[in-house]
Amino acid sequence: MAQVLPAERDLRRVIGDGESVPDGEVDGLDESDFLELYRSLVLLRTYDERSVVYHSQGRIGTYAIFWNHEAMQAGSAYALARDDWIFPSYRESAIGLLRGMPPSTVLSWWRGHPAGWWNPRDYNVASICVPIGTHVPHAAGLAWGKRLKGESAIAIVYFGDGATSEGSFHEGANFAAVMRAPLILFCNNNQWAISTPLAAQTRAETLADKAVGYGMPGLRVDGTDVLAVYEATREAVERARAGEGPTFIEAVSYRVAPHATADDQSAYIDLERVEEERKRECVGRYEGYLRRLGLLTDEQVAQIRAEAADAMRAGIALAEAEPAPDAGLLFEHAYVDPPPSFARDLAELRRILDR
Amino acid sequence: MNDCLHVELERDESVMVMGEDVGRAGGVFRATAGLLDRFGADRCVDTPLAEAGILGTAVGLCMAGWRPVCEMQYDAFSYPSFEQLINHVGRYRWRTGGGMEFPITIRMPYGGGVRAPELHDDSPEAYYVHTPGIKVAIPSTPADAKGLLAAAIRDPDPVVVLEPKLVYRTARGDVPDGEHVVPLGKARLAREGSDLTIVAYGSMVGVAEGAAGALDASVEVLDLRTLKPIDEEALLATAGKTGRVVIVQEAPRTCGYAAEVAAILAEKAILDLHGPILRVTGYDVPYPYWQIEDAYMPSVERVVDAAQRLLDF
Repeated sequence: MAQVLPAERDLRRVIGDGESVPDGEVDGLDESDFLELYRSLVLLRTYDERSVVYHSQGRIGTYAIFWNHEAMQAGSAYALARDDWIFPSYRESAIGLLRGMPPSTVLSWWRGHPAGWWNPRDYNVASICVPIGTHVPHAAGLAWGKRLKGESAIAIVYFGDGATSEGSFHEGANFAAVMRAPLILFCNNNQWAISTPLAAQTRAETLADKAVGYGMPGLRVDGTDVLAVYEATREAVERARAGEGPTFIEAVSYRVAPHATADDQSAYIDLERVEEERKRECVGRYEGYLRRLGLLTDEQVAQIRAEAADAMRAGIALAEAEPAPDAGLLFEHAYVDPPPSFARDLAELRRILDR
Repeated sequence: MNDCLHVELERDESVMVMGEDVGRAGGVFRATAGLLDRFGADRCVDTPLAEAGILGTAVGLCMAGWRPVCEMQYDAFSYPSFEQLINHVGRYRWRTGGGMEFPITIRMPYGGGVRAPELHDDSPEAYYVHTPGIKVAIPSTPADAKGLLAAAIRDPDPVVVLEPKLVYRTARGDVPDGEHVVPLGKARLAREGSDLTIVAYGSMVGVAEGAAGALDASVEVLDLRTLKPIDEEALLATAGKTGRVVIVQEAPRTCGYAAEVAAILAEKAILDLHGPILRVTGYDVPYPYWQIEDAYMPSVERVVDAAQRLLDF
């Protein structure tokens, strides 16, 4: 087994600031890849911004905002093959869009409508995990199970900095390492778990340092740099595919929006710091990079944004056109082979509803 | 149990066994002995000591096409896995709109009466039964132990099989060779009678039979075998026949499984009954140190006492 060293200290970066920090390069990406990544970022950004509006209009329920997390999601997902599995937390609720899932599906999920419950096999995207970190063992199990069956698919699981305090994160990470599961543990460290800052979450100097305790490499990357995220994930994918087991990636960003629409972060966060961080948000940084390379024109930006806006308009229209779910659905899907009481309960309920 | 696992792993190559000490050691109760040598380390897996990890990775293994049989080493040691059980095992198929199946079997030794240290004696069935999306079976005989476990492994839904430690130690009985399946949801009439019914499951079936033999009356004993889904037909049939029901459970009383049985009888059999529905249960206390565990456990004497009161009512 390769020696596992303490995690890197410095954050990996590719994108410069257009002034004193120079831009780097990424091998293996051509012009169409660059544009595809941009399209993904804009789609996710548009999804997120429209969702906040839809929530304020009462068209979707409470919504977990992911503004400034788009680079972590799009960059890492771009390093995967279509057969690879994605295990999202609620912060990655719309990551299925990058696998062709219609926006109406994710919007329906946030509307509490059964049309938002998809079959994971259709996209190789697991269901949105709401309780913190409890999907890490699922991803470890899937990756381990794929390895046992001799299949080449790997898995990636997304979770936040707060999740690293959870027992299920620990058990999942340890299982993945012991079973040599081809898994990427992707931590979006936005430095806040609702109102709890990272310093109150851990005494570890970096979250990636936890990786060494599991006997896996820990990479640290600037989470607002989509190309650095892509490159680090690609490295982890190659390790996993080569049978070398799991990798922990700590992507560092900053949560510049409230945890969710129901949260008021002015009660606990330094709003000046938020304003500072917003200036280097991930979509704008990448847009600047592409423009400096001459790969993106105003016309392309306008067109890509318009496509995303159209997709959202169509998505919310479809979601709102879904017929109200029938009460009979209460009793479907929990069991393949339901207990006899279900039929009796439904008949009783119908008798009252049909009055 | 061991025979069943050998048969089922042979029969279906997607079945795998996982848990603490199930491989090299063959399980602390020897339930998994010989599987490692016969089926290899990929299908009989010694896992890290992590019950939530065992059940959580089992969810992912199902998504990859496996049918995991998870061993929890003891009743109370399964509690860390409740997070996975409640949040995911019981909900994941529903969450996928029926798109995926999670044919997980969770098996564990349960119950007291075996002079064991603290937290090796619990009867946790009510927690499992209360969880939507889960089925629960508890055998009381060696043959049913094999047959119910086989049914659980073949079932497309998650099934918890609680194996009474007292039966491991004391029960003797013939076990059919080869494939043997006892369908879930079907109770067993352990003893026929006409004056009174004792409803029990797991290790309490033996106590019920002992009480039936000691009473000067014709006593029926219904062994439920599956707690969820319950065999309501068999329960109502015996209540209708005898009109007197005593329910025995080893677990603490409040909100225990006996309360559910009593509620069903109150709702659906009240006019058949000649007297109150009585429960004989453990008490609402932590399971005691073993020098006084006999006072905690429902005994033949306590069941006889309750049955006599009901007969005299």
